[in-house]
Amino acid sequence: MYILIVGAGKVGWNLARELGEKANEVIVIESSRRRYEVVEEELEHSIQYGDGTELWVLERAGIERADLVIAVTGDDEDNMLICQMAREKYGVERVVSRCNNPRNLQHFELLGVKPAVSATDLILRLIEHEVPKYGLVHLLDLKEERLEIIEMEVAEGAEADGRMVRDLNLPDGSLVISILRDGGGFVPTGDSVVHSGDEVLLVLDIGLEESVTERFAGRAAPAA
Amino acid sequence: MFVLVVGCGRVGSAIAKSMLAEGHEVSVLDENPEAIALLNRGLDQSWEDLGGSYTVGTALEIDALLAAGIEQADAFVASTDGDNTNLVIAQIAQRRFDIERVVVRVLDPGRAKWYAQQGLQIVCPTQTAIELLEAAVRGDVAVEGVIS
Repeated sequence: MYILIVGAGKVGWNLARELGEKANEVIVIESSRRRYEVVEEELEHSIQYGDGTELWVLERAGIERADLVIAVTGDDEDNMLICQMAREKYGVERVVSRCNNPRNLQHFELLGVKPAVSATDLILRLIEHEVPKYGLVHLLDLKEERLEIIEMEVAEGAEADGRMVRDLNLPDGSLVISILRDGGGFVPTGDSVVHSGDEVLLVLDIGLEESVTERFAGRAAPAA
Repeated sequence: MFVLVVGCGRVGSAIAKSMLAEGHEVSVLDENPEAIALLNRGLDQSWEDLGGSYTVGTALEIDALLAAGIEQADAFVASTDGDNTNLVIAQIAQRRFDIERVVVRVLDPGRAKWYAQQGLQIVCPTQTAIELLEAAVRGDVAVEGVIS
């Protein structure tokens, strides 16, 4: 597989190492002369010096025959345009982009650049997952399918506390798929009883989040 | 009409001033609070006293674009000093805010040409200079004064 990486920062350099070891053909483009010289000592002919948003630089690196283009510069606009041109101008089938500022994810989406990976966003999600008091955790968002899987802790005194799953009165389009309790988990039946302190996993249609979560939150839930 | 100019350098500030002088409503967005000096320069009154607006913010922040009035804009000018920033915000203006008249300044002729083919209205000063200079060298045009 021929892989073109734009940006030889920490991410780009390490990706080039890992992917190069897996018998791929890898070329990295770096626009800073100093950085280029440092990385060139190790990567040698696998790195080229130039501005990876310029067409001739991309073409010199053989973008037309690339199977995968990875844009990991520190500049979101650059990453967006590199991936947009790779896909639309050069017909590259797969692109992966780094998103430095998670607020820019919407722009990546608007320009049809996906997947865009945001380290900040990933860490925020991990924090949500590791810190249960944070409340609701999005485990998976299936945007195109318009479904999401969420995890919630059942608060003491919540409407759901002590009820059987069938009596939860959940809206259509939502389903409890697991209950996590005492370090284990199980797939509930309609008879399973939900207790405070349980973590419940639900799959639901996008838009139902509020009406579902209020059943598991405390009566006088403090603002998160 | 309502014109939103993003990027208040030599180009953006000049466009903003002439549009305001022509009686249009003009809003300018730039990340540098000092850049308003370019708008005030050479005017009898300040830019804001003359009815122009100025917002400090980053072009890619939706909140900044909203504060600068992008939802009311009839025309959008992308004139920051970054080609890639201009090409991204122009597409945001076109696709997300449905602004019909979006004009973009792009210095690199390569990207300018391809994005023009994708339906953006692009002005490429480099390409314009190349063509004019070539014509002047051939003697096809006589350049008098400064063509800028």
